[in-house]
Amino acid sequence: MAILTKEEAKKIIDKVLAFSKADEMSVSLTGSRTGNIRYARNSVSTSGESYDLALAVTAVYGKRSGTSTINEFDDKSLEKTVRRAEEIAKLAPENPEYMPMLGPHTFVESNTFAQSTANIDPDYRAKVAFDSIDPCKKKNLTAAGYLEDTTEFVAMGNSKGLFAYNKSTSVDFSVTVRSADGTGSGYVARDFNDSSKLNAKVSTEIAMQKAMASVSAKALEPGKYTVILEPTAALDLIQNMMRSIDARSADEGRSFMSKKGGGTRLGEKLLDERVNIYSDPTNPDAPNAGFSMDGRPQEKTTWIENGVFKNLAYTRYWAQKQGVKAVPPPGRFIMQGGRQSLEELIKSTEKGILVTRFWYIRAVDPQTLLYTGLTRDGTFYIENGKIKYPVKNFRFNESPIIMLNNLEAMGVPTRVRGNMIPPLKIRDFTFTSLSDAV
Amino acid sequence: MKRRDFIQLSSMGLGAMMGASIPVLGSVVPLEQMLDPKADAAMKKKMADIALNAAKAKGATYTDVRIGRYLQQYLFTRETKVQNIVNAESYGVGIRVIANGTWGFAATSDVSTDGIAKCAETAVAIAKANAKIQTEPVVLAPQKGVGEVAWKTPIQKNAFEIPVQQKIDLLMKVNGEAMKNGAGFVTSNLFFVNEQKYFASTDGSYIDQDIHRIWPTFTVTAVDKQAGKFKSRDAISSPMGMGYEYLDGLASEKIAGPNGLVGYRNSYDMVEDAIMAAKQAKEKVTAKSVIPGKYDLVLDPNHLGLTIHESVGHPLELDRVLGYEANYAGTSFATLDKWKTKSFNYGSKLVNIVADKTQPHTLGTVGYDDEGVPCKEWDLIKDGILVNYQAIRDQVNILGENESHGCCYADNWNSVQFQRMPNVSLRPGKEKLNVQDMIKGVDKGIYIIGRGSYSIDQQRYNFQFGGQLFYEIKNGEIVGMLDDVAYQSNTQEFWNSCAQICDKDDYRTFGSFFDGKGQPSQVSAVSHGSATTRFNGVNVINTGRKIG
Repeated sequence: MAILTKEEAKKIIDKVLAFSKADEMSVSLTGSRTGNIRYARNSVSTSGESYDLALAVTAVYGKRSGTSTINEFDDKSLEKTVRRAEEIAKLAPENPEYMPMLGPHTFVESNTFAQSTANIDPDYRAKVAFDSIDPCKKKNLTAAGYLEDTTEFVAMGNSKGLFAYNKSTSVDFSVTVRSADGTGSGYVARDFNDSSKLNAKVSTEIAMQKAMASVSAKALEPGKYTVILEPTAALDLIQNMMRSIDARSADEGRSFMSKKGGGTRLGEKLLDERVNIYSDPTNPDAPNAGFSMDGRPQEKTTWIENGVFKNLAYTRYWAQKQGVKAVPPPGRFIMQGGRQSLEELIKSTEKGILVTRFWYIRAVDPQTLLYTGLTRDGTFYIENGKIKYPVKNFRFNESPIIMLNNLEAMGVPTRVRGNMIPPLKIRDFTFTSLSDAV
Repeated sequence: MKRRDFIQLSSMGLGAMMGASIPVLGSVVPLEQMLDPKADAAMKKKMADIALNAAKAKGATYTDVRIGRYLQQYLFTRETKVQNIVNAESYGVGIRVIANGTWGFAATSDVSTDGIAKCAETAVAIAKANAKIQTEPVVLAPQKGVGEVAWKTPIQKNAFEIPVQQKIDLLMKVNGEAMKNGAGFVTSNLFFVNEQKYFASTDGSYIDQDIHRIWPTFTVTAVDKQAGKFKSRDAISSPMGMGYEYLDGLASEKIAGPNGLVGYRNSYDMVEDAIMAAKQAKEKVTAKSVIPGKYDLVLDPNHLGLTIHESVGHPLELDRVLGYEANYAGTSFATLDKWKTKSFNYGSKLVNIVADKTQPHTLGTVGYDDEGVPCKEWDLIKDGILVNYQAIRDQVNILGENESHGCCYADNWNSVQFQRMPNVSLRPGKEKLNVQDMIKGVDKGIYIIGRGSYSIDQQRYNFQFGGQLFYEIKNGEIVGMLDDVAYQSNTQEFWNSCAQICDKDDYRTFGSFFDGKGQPSQVSAVSHGSATTRFNGVNVINTGRKIG
């Protein structure tokens, strides 16, 4: 019941809209099945499964809106929900920034669903845990990991004739492997729409290698280093930048994209000319729904081209006020890379630090997009093109804007948390202190 | 979104402060629905017994059931506009069992007899499936059943019964006063949470609890467009385990600080704080950039609470110490072998840190935890020595104890309960001392107020904290405001540099309303009490940068 087809969802939404007496009405219908298994100390700790199906109705009178939800689907319940939303709307304060609902649109179809993921059952999850734990046990290593699988759909429709539907699946796997004495630690994370692409055993071996290779780390002085950020590490900082491209903040003078004296830095070359970032819901490696939840289409959008910011994300209200196209923020993004493998990037490095992942990243200064955080689970010193020895973890204070000006090279992009991102080689990356953490 | 929705806030507002988004744990509902109780205790007992019996019939050796109704009301405004009002409700049953020595958990929003029984059976089936690869059978500390009991947060005004218009009026006044006093922008928010939780277990407990929490907050931003600079100041309120009375702004609960600064104990004047914030945000735009180096830090309770949270609260969670959080939150430097020496110097002799779920008005305080254990207080660090951890029923045996500490919590009926941080607080100094006198003794220092940027490694050694307000202290006096300040230290080194603690009259609680932990991630709310405290010779860095 939780995962409805497009036709089933449309039937319910149309029925709800037929009850409307409001100026405008929108309906969203979502359903999901989520399962997970968690393990630590080479043993399963928790595991569960949950189902959810919910309908939300938003009624609008003028600039007043009200929302009501329900998880019962008989006609009487649906009508009651509509009446409730209408009552709330009448009592709500006016929202001067309210924008009329959008009309029909043909959204691009994207391939976000895989039957293999939808078929996942408790036995599959237990097998993933076993495939990850068993090799660790044999090498006297300790695994702590997590697998989560989701099958979901989202449907929306409104009284102006808009209808959108998307069904998707995802599987997220991660494992941290530690040496028995706790002096070495390695990590790997993989995510796919299609679970048949996940090989927990092979993935776990990467974390095992890193755990064994990171034992007895040496301390290096903090300072500016050439770093190779594996895609998992690179994503964290790039994603923070991509979440800060709000046009309104820039126009209001409180963003890294604000210009001294007023206006924005849109069109300025702020990054190395090899930096290109775009979003595309139809990308086969990082597919995403063809619409955003306010009914706007998600189209292929160039955000950064040859180091120049080409677009900022707008709310519909702010776009209208500024007289520009209301480009929604990206669902997922793709950063173009180079042709080199991670190994080749290492090979071309005279002296540097290889970073597996970052941890506890927090904004320090929104003006410069300065972030702090630490390296974790596999940090190595590179000399003359080879990994020489593991090093103690560092704290960094760095801005992705500064970092992407100090770009040396990029490798082949891979998928990380739904986005495509290459490994990045960066010079003068700022490490400010050492951490004893393993 | 998976499992739950999040309200994404702009990077300029609360989002920047939290570095995250605001979780909404249920469905959006009209207000009148929130005030209508779903079921009385007698009804809930019947529902619970269905689960207990069904699980037992399938072979469970222990079962607990939580029938939960979670209400949230969140208000979001900016300048003259109400951006969003969210009324959310989540109602359902979570059933946890032990079968074949293994935990199993399942949850459902179908609270019919059939739905509950099926859910209990699923929990047992999951436990049995996982038992096949289980290597550490569950050892549960004994807990005597407490029978049919009830507990309620002692509130004076139920925030959910206060008209929404009254709340909007307050936020509009906050915003208006901030703008009048020099703010370029202001966002303000009110968060209200009510957990109506019914717990029953095969130990013979039937516990009905009604828990209330509140968090008023704002961010005021001053912009100098010509200089291309902007600075923000967040509210110095604290989330509390209180009702709407927290917003009464009682003069008796204010603590006068240096330079006209005000601290708030158990009552908050949001408008007064917004006026101060607007003036201070403007002052921050032209404040002197700090010269990096060693400084003596004087840390206000509204700032120090987060440092306690990150550098004492988290590392002393026993599940982290044991490795259960290794893949996400991390492990801990405070290992069992250090604790066993009974001489591990976590801090200086002045440092006494206590865990509790009993302090009035705090976020952690409840009658019973989410596995039916009555709440209590216990020492974590005594005279600077590490003496204990935070543990739950399936962990305390590792500490040689046979009674749980009572800090098990789940953020919703559909989340499995696990070890969460109780209130963790620094006891005030015994000698009479206020902030003004503490500052008089500092030659080169920085007085820090409010929660800023925060980051700590996965074993809780190395941390970096910012703040909201930084005042330079020279020869015993505050000489002006500083900017670009963050301090970096190592947990043990930092707490051993603790040199002076103000007395109980300066004691206040700080709180974290959305503390995240676990996979799938769960939130919890927790308070940290302290008086203003001095730390000597801490490394301060300058965070100012130039881009483009």
